[in-house]
Amino acid sequence: MSPIPAIMRRELRSYFVTPVAYVFLVIFLVLAGLLTFYAGDFYERGLADLQPFFVMHPWLYLILAPALSMRMWAEEAKSGTLELLLTLPVTLVQAMLGKFLAAWLFLGLALALTFPIWITVNYLGDPDNGVIFASYLGSWLMAGAFLAVGACLSTLTRSQVVAFILTALVCVLLILVGQPQVLDFFQGALPRKLVNGVAHLSILRHFEAIARGVLDVRDLVYFLFTILAWLTAGVLVLDLKRAR
Amino acid sequence: MIEADRLTRCYGRLMAVDALSLRAEPGQVLGLLGPNGAGKSTAMRMIAGFLAPTSGTARVCGHDVQREPLKAKRALGYLPEGAPSYGEMTVREFLTFILRVRALRAETGRRRFEEVVTHLQLEEVLEQCIDTLSKGLRRRVGLAQAILHDPPVLMLDEPTDGLDPNQKHAVRQLIDSMARERTILISTHLLEEVHALCNRVVIIARGRLLADATPAELEARSRYHGAVSFSAPGSGVSQEMLGRLPQVAAIEVDPLDGRITVFPKPGARVLEPVEDLLRQQGLEVSEIQLERGRLDEVFRQITTGETA
Repeated sequence: MSPIPAIMRRELRSYFVTPVAYVFLVIFLVLAGLLTFYAGDFYERGLADLQPFFVMHPWLYLILAPALSMRMWAEEAKSGTLELLLTLPVTLVQAMLGKFLAAWLFLGLALALTFPIWITVNYLGDPDNGVIFASYLGSWLMAGAFLAVGACLSTLTRSQVVAFILTALVCVLLILVGQPQVLDFFQGALPRKLVNGVAHLSILRHFEAIARGVLDVRDLVYFLFTILAWLTAGVLVLDLKRAR
Repeated sequence: MIEADRLTRCYGRLMAVDALSLRAEPGQVLGLLGPNGAGKSTAMRMIAGFLAPTSGTARVCGHDVQREPLKAKRALGYLPEGAPSYGEMTVREFLTFILRVRALRAETGRRRFEEVVTHLQLEEVLEQCIDTLSKGLRRRVGLAQAILHDPPVLMLDEPTDGLDPNQKHAVRQLIDSMARERTILISTHLLEEVHALCNRVVIIARGRLLADATPAELEARSRYHGAVSFSAPGSGVSQEMLGRLPQVAAIEVDPLDGRITVFPKPGARVLEPVEDLLRQQGLEVSEIQLERGRLDEVFRQITTGETA
């Protein structure tokens, strides 16, 4: 039997025995609501869809995903439990997956708890629920990518604050890199192919593609690949730290 | 069984452990002794698979810790230095987590859980958060974690560090009770512990192995081995007379309490001659003691290269 579920359970449990989970859920839901209704002109648009809701998600995750992922390894390193965990019969990959999946599931729960907004929009009008479902999926995948970045960067340090800042920084880069303003800036300096390649790295671009309701395999692959790449990098860092 | 073969670990330019070879067999309690910073914890971390050796190998029950880490880790119960555990969990949750990760079968797991909890007297704190426990209890939780899967090899890094004398006694009894069919490696800088627990001692300093012997052999290296000490208050035992005995190499008088120690020449016994002399002179002696040798002195001598 794999120890991944055991590690996942422990992580999830640790969210809920400390106030972390509740504070996180409340902030997430309040912010998601506020941003949608105040910043996203949910009513004024006169359209029965959740686009103003989902458009805010990258920015929401920018703050909240690092908050969730920062403790993942940094805390274990600081409190010495890392030595305990890594001397149990567990591979680094299993430990990483267990921790990541716990955080991802938890963010999935937070996302699922936004269901009243879905009910609201269905009550107010007749939205395309297929698009909404795809957007939820895209949002969750994006959250996974951010958490994977955080999981990796959390291995680098014993300080949760450093882990938070590093993660937020990388995430903001991943969001911004596909923005036209940024691409224009590089257009002159770099070859066109490279700029296009860089643009494809943008999380936003792939999220928006899915959120439009088009489930393209390429977008799914992009997210899964991003997640796996960052998790692998995290495992490599942990392994390097053993030998350093 | 634990085997280390020229285990080496560098931190940058610092040699934390330098070609350390050791071997512990079932039924043995091997004490890894050394001053603070000698490389005890680093050596244990390599054997436990937490750190990768710079060179050399370690095997637990024949499994190379680098090549078959999972097999080695399954055979090993390990208490890291300071007994870290997840503070926000209750004792029950924590031990259940360990059971799950170690994938013990439900039935065996439940039985072991009960046994270990009873053995370490953790029944009353099962539902308490580990953070709220005293240091001694936390140490016991750490020990419980290490022995939960009934491992053939046990490695404890300073298991009694920071405990009060009663707790130390309890932990030593526990280790003693488990020693019979297991291989146990404990690290310590407490010499009393070596006496109380170990049947073999490895002394390291600055990452190097300096001695590998039984406690008795180490004591025999002491200047005090075979020496006789006694207090003769009020009587003028003449050092001169003692000095004239052919077996005596030297005499020392403690300036504080006037206790006299008589050192034998190599291979000689001084107890009987000294007793005879005292009887002949009709001197009153409150008690007389044959010294086994002083471990602290040997330890100092070995680890600092001092010859006092």
